Amino acid sequence: MKIDFRLNGAAIQVDCAADRRVIDLLREDLGLTGAKESCGAGECGSCAILVDGEGKLSCLMLAAQLEGREITTVEGLASEGRLHPLQEAFVEKGAVQCGFCTPGAVMASLDLLRRNPNPARAEIREGLAGNLCRCTGYQKIIDAVEAASKIMQRRERP
Amino acid sequence: MTQVLLPRALDELWDFLEEDPNTAVYSGGTDLLVNLRGGRINPSRLACLERIEEIRGVRDAGAAVFIGAATTHTHLLENSLVSSEFPVLTKAIRVLASPAIRNMGTIGGNIVNASPAGDTLPPLYALDAEVEIVSRKEAKRMPVSDFIVGPGRVRLGANEIVKGVWIRKAPEFNVRHFEKVGLRKSQACAVASLAAALSLSEGGKIERARLAWGSVGPTVVRSAEVEEALLGRELEIQMLAEVARLVERAVSPIDDVRASAQYRRIVAGRLLLRLAESGCKN
Ligand SMILES: Cc1cc2nc3c(=O)[nH]c(=O)nc-3n(C[C@H](O)[C@H](O)[C@H](O)COP(=O)(O)OP(=O)(O)OC[C@H]3O[C@@H](n4cnc5c(N)ncnc54)[C@H](O)[C@@H]3O)c2cc1C
Ligand code: FES
Ligand code: FES
Repeated sequence: MKIDFRLNGAAIQVDCAADRRVIDLLREDLGLTGAKESCGAGECGSCAILVDGEGKLSCLMLAAQLEGREITTVEGLASEGRLHPLQEAFVEKGAVQCGFCTPGAVMASLDLLRRNPNPARAEIREGLAGNLCRCTGYQKIIDAVEAASKIMQRRERP
Repeated sequence: MTQVLLPRALDELWDFLEEDPNTAVYSGGTDLLVNLRGGRINPSRLACLERIEEIRGVRDAGAAVFIGAATTHTHLLENSLVSSEFPVLTKAIRVLASPAIRNMGTIGGNIVNASPAGDTLPPLYALDAEVEIVSRKEAKRMPVSDFIVGPGRVRLGANEIVKGVWIRKAPEFNVRHFEKVGLRKSQACAVASLAAALSLSEGGKIERARLAWGSVGPTVVRSAEVEEALLGRELEIQMLAEVARLVERAVSPIDDVRASAQYRRIVAGRLLLRLAESGCKN
């Protein structure tokens, strides 16, 4: 089945089985290995992507559902050789250890900050409730999102 | 390969369903795709309902509100009509799964999945919601408590889908409460939950009471005996502790991986005590 959509800002057409999971399409067919599969059942958040700007789980979506949509993966966040402020904050604050959960946590944070640009720490915790991390103990991830929200707000209101 | 259809209107969906009766419908896929991968279901085709405008969104119909089946939990959380008229529903959705699951999962999926732990169900029972069922030829409504007949079992015929739910506005209820007890704070399936809508008189007496418990029976539990026992009383802890004994008898929980039946029975009763806090505020 031919499916047309936009991926990280560029129009793309893929030809694949309609019921191919989006995580498999991204990682195996398109070589975008940022989104990770861990649980494959919606529990861990490591496969998160944005669909029309909203955070969704690519392990629970079928390729056919992408038709006409705008998809952003973690690979689409850096621009002109510079990391996105959220990515920079994750590095800066030590929110990355093994890194397996990081792309999903970054995408979930983007969804949160779009709805709530200046979240309290408790709200960040709730926003990341679906993202499991085995390494960091979460505090540094929350620090990173908090720091990024400040930087992103400053950039939007110069 | 399973074919995946993307109907844009109900008329298109009816064609697909009539072509092949073994076509399964889904919206967010947060239950269906998990079951499909687990090999528990084996449909010949899938039809995704997420693009059918007719069954999405919230509509103010005067005395009642219509919520389309394919409306996501996130949409409902952010909808001001829902949070002002039915705060008990908003409270339940706020603790349903995680943000990403709420961005995908729908109220229609939660109803048809008919899990005793489905978080929108106790509020829908307490609000006496009605499910609208449609086919190509017919539209009908029935109380959610008639629609759901057991765990995962609903009264839905071949070539019928749920179009949405109707909830009557009920401004007379001035206490609206939801609490879920799970094994952890976030993304936890309910061990027991309670949705309550009460009206208190100016003197603080209970004039109307509707209560519904999740995860403590094959379907959501309501009890006329418990609701009657509350009438005319004030919301204070002693009285609630007495009525909690009736609750323990009204529920029929089971043992499972998350909790024992006995624990659930006790928690179901104790959930009532939290209502005392609403009594003080009034
Ligand atoms: C990790 C995880 C955590 C979860 N946590 C919770 C939780 O805390 N609380 C909770 O209540 N649920 C939870 N769920 C379950 C699920 O997310 C919800 O039940 C959700 O509302 C289902 O909606 P959906 O649109 O994704 O359903 P789908 O998977 O699309 O469909 C579910 C079922 O309903 C049928 N169906 C869907 N729409 C219609 C319709 N309009 N007409 C007829 N049939 C229809 C489908 O055929 C299928 O049988 C969780 C799921 C996951 C994966
Ligand atoms: S792999 Fe998708 S949520 Fe875990
Ligand atoms: S950094 Fe290792 S899982 Fe989060």
